[in-house]
Formats: sequence, structure tokens, C-alpha cells
Amino acid sequence: MTGITESTDGGSRSHPILSQSTRPRPPSALTAATALGWRALLKIKHVPFQLFDVTVFPLMMTLMFTYLFGGALAGSPEEYIQYLLPGILVQTILFITVYTGVGLNTDISKGIYDRFRSLPIWPSAPVFGALLGDVLRYSIAAIMVLTLGFVLGFRPQGGLIGVVLAVALVQLFAFSLAWIWIIVGMKVKSPESVMTTSFLFLFPLTFASNVFVNPATMPGWLQAFVAVNPVTHLADASRGLMHGQPDFGSMAWVLIAAAIITAVFAPIALRMYHRER
Amino acid sequence: MNYAIETLDLRKNFGGTQAVDGISLKVAQGSVFGLLGPNGAGKTTTVRLLATLLTPTGGSARVLGHDLLTEAPVIRAKVSLTGQFASVDEDLTGQENLVLLARLLGHSWGDSRRRAAELLGAFDLEEAGGRQVRTYSGGMRRRLDIAASLIITPEILFLDEPTTGLDPRSRNQVWDMVRDIAALGTTVLLTTQYLEEADQLADRLAVIDHGRLIAEGTSRELKASVGSGTLKIHLQDVSQRAAAEALLQSATAGQVQATSEGLSVQVTGSAEAMRLLHTLEEGAVPVAEFALGSPSLDEVFFALTGKKQTSEETP
Repeated sequence: MTGITESTDGGSRSHPILSQSTRPRPPSALTAATALGWRALLKIKHVPFQLFDVTVFPLMMTLMFTYLFGGALAGSPEEYIQYLLPGILVQTILFITVYTGVGLNTDISKGIYDRFRSLPIWPSAPVFGALLGDVLRYSIAAIMVLTLGFVLGFRPQGGLIGVVLAVALVQLFAFSLAWIWIIVGMKVKSPESVMTTSFLFLFPLTFASNVFVNPATMPGWLQAFVAVNPVTHLADASRGLMHGQPDFGSMAWVLIAAAIITAVFAPIALRMYHRER
Repeated sequence: MNYAIETLDLRKNFGGTQAVDGISLKVAQGSVFGLLGPNGAGKTTTVRLLATLLTPTGGSARVLGHDLLTEAPVIRAKVSLTGQFASVDEDLTGQENLVLLARLLGHSWGDSRRRAAELLGAFDLEEAGGRQVRTYSGGMRRRLDIAASLIITPEILFLDEPTTGLDPRSRNQVWDMVRDIAALGTTVLLTTQYLEEADQLADRLAVIDHGRLIAEGTSRELKASVGSGTLKIHLQDVSQRAAAEALLQSATAGQVQATSEGLSVQVTGSAEAMRLLHTLEEGAVPVAEFALGSPSLDEVFFALTGKKQTSEETP
């Protein structure tokens, strides 16, 4: 090793390696969370595939169910899509919630979590920043699903306001669910196992509901499950809003379920996040 | 003397494992201090404790005059840690990573962009700045990682194994950067498994093993503590090494260590060296070459821990 070489000599650098400016004041909680939300946006921009691999599946389901079973289930594909699409929206957005846990797990395993923890920021900012990014993720997915729906003949009677309200309600519930995946994300070893674990719950939850078919012909025990499944209520609420016949009972059910899930899991998730590792 | 870091009997217990087992050390302000030890010695845990990422289970420490237990947030704002694995977001570009961290440190958007541009220039990453970090080489990632630790000038920079896994060229670049940073007055505490790295960079170094400090001083002092010199012997026939080792061990109190071509022995001086060579001659173990020199840090480590450090792995 020959000491200082020409290219890296401090004096010959065209840029100062150390900052001459004074130390800025640490950012507010909001600034920190917004900056981390910006990070989530950049990730969507750079890795759009991350969004598509979970969205493609519900889109395929939409096409398959509409054309394969639509006629048999509802008389015609056009009529069936009116029933199916508000439910598919629920499934799509709930699937995407898993990414909150996957992202957190990746941050921890890659070491960027350490970097965040060593910054003078509000300690929960990375979690809330990730959730902020999720808003955009959910919205992009919703637009994709709705666009396909329109092409297939979906005509919501509730108009734009109804659709927007439905998307907002589904997103609200999605946020509560994301807390559970955050916990999974901190418990399991790899991002892949976050996926596997989470879908183990999400598949039965979204299929054993009224997203795809009216549960009237299901066996009694399954009907009983479908009746208490929050996804059923969310699908009902989404349908009601989109078709201009708000189902206030289901909406209340969804809001209460979201509140309970958040109240139980958010504190656990944040406590786990702050625990040293 | 002002100390940037002072620890007293610092301990960290992970569910029964004593990762740091009573480390007391002092790091002078503005110096480069090396923590040297093999994998699992407790280097990373020590650094994470001092950077306030972990809470000690025992002992005390003052970092920049602040108590580690009660003033962690104050310390956190004044130090930077570059962890063992590049702690940047691979999905983002180098520029975006730096802007994000600058924002999180409290810079405005404008200042963040300006500082990111400065650092990309200073770390030879101008061209790569717009590319996703996942396309970077190991050396580029490391440079970005260190740049990310310098957005705000830290009073102490912790570098955890800054050159592990780097090719020699990148390693030299990182070494130059560490020297530049230290020359500008920032205290640097680095951990390394490479004796050569500690020797190159650190003003003082501490050798740790099994969570304990086993030696501390300048590299010259450490070398001197082991013995005045080392006799390196290349055998004509390496298969005689065991025989040679036995002969030497019976003839000296110094450490005998096997090397690729023969043996090295700690000696008190040239007289003992001559005597040992004579012993081999009489024992019918022909010597091809020999040299008397001051001990390498490898030998220091061996003398201190009784374990062989494989210097061949040095990048």
C-alpha cells in the first residue's frame, strides 16, 4: 500500500468529502415518514414488477371467472362482472398488503434497517413511510382492476363517487391487515417465507367468502364461516358503494373489524420493530 | 487527552452468550482505532453497542462525553455507522439513496440533492449515481455505503469490516478514503479480521477474542510485546516440518508456528536464532532459507490467542 494516490488525494478532490455546512435540525416525524414514503414510490418506479406479480393473479381470476362461469352463475358474463368486480378489488388489494411485510423483512435482512435506526428520526417513521407508499400501490392496483372491469362491461351504478368510496374503504381495511404482515415480516427468516406464510391465510380468507359466488349453495358450515369472514363484509360493502346501494351494516362491520385489528396488532408490530436485534 | 470513546467493562449478553465480555478501552479523539479479531470475536457487537444500536447488559461507556445508557439519542445524532453489509437500498439508485438519507438527517430537498452530488463526486460514483444499486460492484456499494455515512460529518465514524469481500483495488480505495476522513479530524473506529488492514490504518488497535480484550496498543507495541523478533525458516523438505517443530519446541520457550514452507519461531535475539538453526542442523533437518525479522501481526495474534489467523485470506 503506497499511501495516498493521485486520484484519491484529499487535496485534489473536486468535491469535499466531508460536509462544511452545519448540522441540520433532525426532521419532524412527518418529514421523515414522507421521505420514507418517497422511497416506497421510488421502489414502485424501479421495480414495477413487484406490483404486477400480485396483481396479475386477480386479473386472471377476473377474466377466467367472468367468461368461464359468468354465464352459469349469473346468466351472462356482463351480469356476473357486476357482482364479481367489487369483490376482485378486495382480493387484489388484500393480496398487496403482504408486500408491507415483505419490504420490512428485506430491510432487516439487508441491513438498511440498521441505517434507519441509527438516524435521529422518529423510530416508527420507516413503518409509517412504508404504509404511505402502500396508498399508491393500492391505488395503482385498484385502477388496473377497474380498467379491466370497464373493458369487460362493468358499469357501477354508484358512479365515480361510489367507486372512490369503495376503494377508500378497502384500503382502510388493507392498512389494518398490513400490521399483521409486518409482524410476520419480523418473525420469519426470508422475504419468501413472508409471502408463503401470509398467503396461507389470505387464500382461504379471500376464497371462502362471497367474492366469487353467492354463498347460498355452500354447505352450512362453510356458510357460517363466510358469514363471519371480514372479506365477505368488505366485498358486500364494496358492492353496495359501487352500485349505489350502500350497505351500512357491512360498512360498519368492516370499520369495526379494521379498528380491532389495528388496535390489537399495531402496538405489537411497533413494539417488535423497536426491539433490538 | 480527550477521548472520543471510553468504555469500562462493557458487556452484552445474547440469551446466555456473552458476545461482549467486559471490554474496557479508550479511543483518542481524531484517531483511527482498529478492533481486530476473528469472526465471532464480538467486534460487530461492540461497534453496535457504541453506535447505540444495542443496549449494553453491563458496564458503562461514554461516547463523545455522553453516557451510552442515558444519552443514546444525543450520541446517535453525532456518530455514523457503516455496517458489515451494505446498508443501502438496492432497488434505488445511488443518488436516490443519498438524497433519502440526507432528507432523513434533516436536510431540505435542495441541500439533499447538492450533498448527494458532492458525495457521488468525492467517491467516484458520478457516472453510477443514476443506476440502481443492485447493478453496482462490491467496491462501488461499499463506497456508496461509506458516502452515506458522511452526509453529515460525523464526530465518530464506525466502520464494521469495511473491506471484507473487496478486491485489492477497491480495498485500497476504501483505505484511502478512511485516511482522508481521519485526516479531516473525524475519529474512526474500524473492525477488521485483517491484520494488514489494522496495521495500515489504525493508530492504535485492540485485539479481541471471545468478547474479551486480549491486547491493546500501537501495532509497534503489540509486536514488541510478543518478542523481539521472529525467525522464519524455510525447510528444504517441507515434509520434515513436524520433526523440525519437535526439535525447536524442545529447544526454545518461544512460540513455534507452522508456515506454508516451514516454521516461524519467536526468538529473544540473534543469539537464540543461531542456536536454533544449529539445533536443526544437528537434528538433520536441512534449512533452505532463513530470515530474522520483527513479528507480523499474524504472529502477534497467534501469540496472544494461541490460534492461527490465516493471512492468506487477506484480500
